[in-house]
Parts: sequence; C-alpha cells; structure tokens
Amino acid sequence: MARKISNTSRWGFTILAWGVALLIFFPILWTILTSFKSEADAIASPPKFLFFDWTTQNYAEVQSRSPYFRHFMNSVIISVGSTLLGLLIAVPAAWSMAFQPARRTKDLLMWMLSTKMMPAAGVLIPMYLLFRSWGLLDTRLGITVVLMLINLPIIVWMLYTYFREIPSEILEAARMDGASLKNEIVHVLTPMAVPGIASTLLLNVILAWNEAFWTLNLTTSRAAPLTTFIASYSSPEGLFYAKLSAASTMAIAPILILGWFSQKQLVRGLTFGAVK
Amino acid sequence: MGSITLEQVRKNFGDVEVIPGVDLEINDGEFVVFVGPSGCGKSTLLRLIAGLEDVTSGRIVIDGQDMTQAAPARRKLAMVFQSYALYPHMSVRKNIAFPLKMAGMAAEEQERRVQHAAGILNLTDYLDRRPGQLSGGQRQRVAIGRAIVREPSAFLFDEPLSNLDAALRVNMRVEISELHKKLATTMVYVTHDQVEAMTMADKIVVLRAGHIEQVGSPLELYRSPRNRFVAGFIGSPNMNFLEGAAAAGLGAHAIGVRPEHFAMSTTEGAFSGTVGVAEHLGSDTFLHVDLDDGTHVVARAAGEVPVHHGDRIHLTPQEGRVYRFDQQGLAL
Repeated sequence: MARKISNTSRWGFTILAWGVALLIFFPILWTILTSFKSEADAIASPPKFLFFDWTTQNYAEVQSRSPYFRHFMNSVIISVGSTLLGLLIAVPAAWSMAFQPARRTKDLLMWMLSTKMMPAAGVLIPMYLLFRSWGLLDTRLGITVVLMLINLPIIVWMLYTYFREIPSEILEAARMDGASLKNEIVHVLTPMAVPGIASTLLLNVILAWNEAFWTLNLTTSRAAPLTTFIASYSSPEGLFYAKLSAASTMAIAPILILGWFSQKQLVRGLTFGAVK
Repeated sequence: MGSITLEQVRKNFGDVEVIPGVDLEINDGEFVVFVGPSGCGKSTLLRLIAGLEDVTSGRIVIDGQDMTQAAPARRKLAMVFQSYALYPHMSVRKNIAFPLKMAGMAAEEQERRVQHAAGILNLTDYLDRRPGQLSGGQRQRVAIGRAIVREPSAFLFDEPLSNLDAALRVNMRVEISELHKKLATTMVYVTHDQVEAMTMADKIVVLRAGHIEQVGSPLELYRSPRNRFVAGFIGSPNMNFLEGAAAAGLGAHAIGVRPEHFAMSTTEGAFSGTVGVAEHLGSDTFLHVDLDDGTHVVARAAGEVPVHHGDRIHLTPQEGRVYRFDQQGLAL
C-alpha cells in the first residue's frame, strides 16, 4: 500500500528540497552575479545582491587581458582527448573483466579504484620530474595522458558495470556467427553499450574539465586549460573579485550547459545497475 | 555433411568434474536430443561441441576433422540460444545477415540468403523491425533464421522453446521438426522436457550427472529402458515403481509400470487402493491412487472414467508391460 503523505509535510519537503538546492547552487549564482558588478560593488559591505549597476565590463577586460579562446580550446582538447583515449583503453579492459573474469578480477578492480584514494600531491614531485625530463611540461599531450590516467579507473568501473548488464549469450552468438574479438567489440558490444558509454564519456569530460590539481601544476600557458586561466586572476596583484568571477563564469559556462542538457543521461549512467 | 563424434570428452570447472568422459556418435542428418534433469551437463556438452567451452581432455571430431581446439566459427555449426541472443540494436534483416557479413559475403548474396531464410520462416514482413518489436515466437524464428543462412553442417539448439508459452511451444516444436525434414541437416537439441525429446528426436541421449545413461530412438527408450533412471525420466506421467512383495514375487528389487499400462477395475485386480485425486481431462483420466501397502501410483485410462476421490479401485499391470530392476536400478 502506498504510504500516505499529508499536504503539509509535502509542502514542507518541497520547501526543504528547494532550500537545500539553492544553498548548493548559491556560490555559483553569487559568482555569476559578481561577474556583472564593478570591483567596488563586488567587495561592498553589506553585499549587494541584485541592486547594483550591472556591467559587462569585466568580461570585456578578461577577454582583452588573456586569450580565453585558447584556454577554452585547451580545455576541450584535454578533456575530450583524455576521455577518448581512456575509452580506447577501458573498453577492452572492461570487456575482459566483465566477460572473461579471472580469479583476481574483483581485486584488480578494487585496486584500480583505490588509486583514486591516494593523495595526488604524493606523486607530484616524481610526476613533475618525469614530465620535465621527457619534455612534456606545458604540453597538451602530457596533460591529456595524465588526466586520462587519473580518470581511467572510473571509466573502467563504469564500463564494467554496463558490460555486466549485457547477456553473455549475445556475445557468444556473435562468436558462433564468426565475429572476431575486434568485430565482437565493435559491432555487438559497443553499440549495445552506447547509453553507458555516452554517460561515461559525459561524466569524464566533466571530471577532466574541472580537474585543477594536475593542470595547475603541469601547465603554465601553451597547454593551460580554463582552470589555469581562472587561477591567473587570483594573484599576484591582489584579488579582483569581479574579474575573477567573470573568468570563472566563462570557464564553467560550457560545462554547465553540457551538464544541463545531458542531466538525464548522467543520472541514468550513475545509477545504472542499481535498480533492475 | 554433419557428423559429430565425441571421444572421451571430459570437462572440469575448477575442481568440479561436470562431464566425466563422454563417447557419442551423431550421424549426418540426425535429429539428436540431449535430455536430462537440470544440472546433468547437457548444455555443457552442447557448448563443448559448439566450442564455447574448452574441453579438459578428449576429442571432438566434426565431419572427420579434429575440431577440439578450433574456434566456434570454424566448426561450421550454428547455435540457437535459449534467450534467442539476438542483437537488439540491429534490424531483423541485419541480425540474420550478421554471420554472412562476418564471413565477408557480397551484399547481393547476403540479401538473397536473408530473403530465402525469411521466406522459410515467415519473417518477410518483419525484416525491418528490431527484435524488441517482435513476439517471443518471432524472435525465436529470427534466431533460427540467423542459423539457417550460414548453411551450417549442424544446428545446435540450447533449450530454444523454454521461454515460450505452452501453446506456442507446441507450434514451434512442429516448425522445428518440419525444418529438419526440409533442410535434412544434423540437429543437436538440448531440452529438459521429455515430451520435446520424444516428439522431435531421431535419437535421444539421456544424461545424468554428466554420464550418458542411454542412447536410442524414442520408442527404444520407452520400451527398453536400460535402468530405473531412464525408465522414470522417459514417459509422461512418470513410470510407477513398486518395491517389496510385489517386486519380490517377480524376482526383482523393484518393478516399474507405466501409468498407461494399468488395467482398472472396481471389483478385482493385482493391486488395490483408494483414489486420492482424479484428473478428468476428457481425452484421458489420470487417477492418483494410494495402494493399500502405502505406495502412491498414477494410473491413466483413455477417455472418461467415472471414478472419483475416495473410490476403491483395483489395478492390474498389462501382460508383458512390467519392467524389473535390480538393487542397483539396472533393468533385468
């Protein structure tokens, strides 16, 4: 029998949910609002919420002071590149773990995930030295490979979960039908896992886009993505909140729009397999 | 050609021996059914023939060639799975053409063979649909179509009808039998349903715990079961077994009488008992009888018999229709 919820508590829960959602969203909203203020309004006390002189001056200034488009393109190349490279490695890996599991497959999966729990700062020095001696500092290739590696466990895990949902009989049928391993993966497994691969792709693009630790430490200008672009507004000439906010808004806008349009796919991807 | 020979084929999963060593000869054009209770190894045996599982030891010879180590596709066998295993993202046409595409066949030849198979299986109107838009029976036909186009030397069926409802199962049973007559290709069919085995097979292989208990035509197994297991498995309802004085009188540890081999009488007979449940099907009447010595037996009479719960009844086995078994369960 369905549980009865009174009208009062329904309203209560709705208001609470909106309240929590607004609380979470508030920093982003504040950043966006601040980006339209003058520097004086940005630091005014008490803070001005909506009633200030709206200006797009910060955006124009940020554009003229630093090459936004180059950073944007770097972000796109690095996040999409690292995700595609990750998929290329993760699809066969997840295939073998899902369909040809060995005795230690579960341990291997756990070990892969455990690498995500290690503090990145712990390997910063060796990574930096390796990058320096290989000439990879401030290159798109270098940072793409690093972001691919740090997100690889998540990509493998997500694909593994999706692949496990695909009946192995279908792959056996493909084998009987004469499909080679490559054809089995290209013609049968991958098309069947498209929804899963799509949400894995989306999530990893977002993760790579937002990644700040490695991008800040291993890139400076040529390969620097939007995270470095934002950081460049916080120092060394003191904080310019309005310009920093404009830079931040421009950095998060593309991924916010992508996330907004793909939220259904993302939620489905993250909860896949949880409920049959 | 489509002969398959198994020579001392063994299969272990880790430390568990699933198939302890099977020898079997399947002749070209035969319809062979592997039957047995669940877990008896019949599907494993089929998968070993298909190449989907590796044998632990022994040899699998197909058309005179040792195929023990060959990849599934090289064995020239086609398999129809219990779950149909259709490619859900492809149309019926593409599903059926998939093995041909994998073989690198020209597009026109692919289309010709797809049309031919679709014609045989009444699928012509559904070629552009996806498997999700088809009924269970149609899906099964697509799976068979995908097998037919390859013109394999043998078809392997792994419980292909168990996902269908009862009425459709009967139809598909007939369709597969007709297909066998039409194509005259070897078919190896796995089922746990002895009715399917009896109605479709040229040769039945009864399996228990990975062992072949008996191989023979349906009526051979029905008439001359080698042991108590085969006797009990073949025939529906199952054979009745009686032990004690009745068996000892015939020099056996146990005797078996099929339900249809009891003569019924309300006045006298070899065994007396009380009717527990009477199932009146119109064409037949099944009586579940508790004999006076406590044994429960089922008797079958053709047509309508006016007997009901609680009635006294006397049963007499027909002449020459009593099977005798020793202590080990072997037929005497």
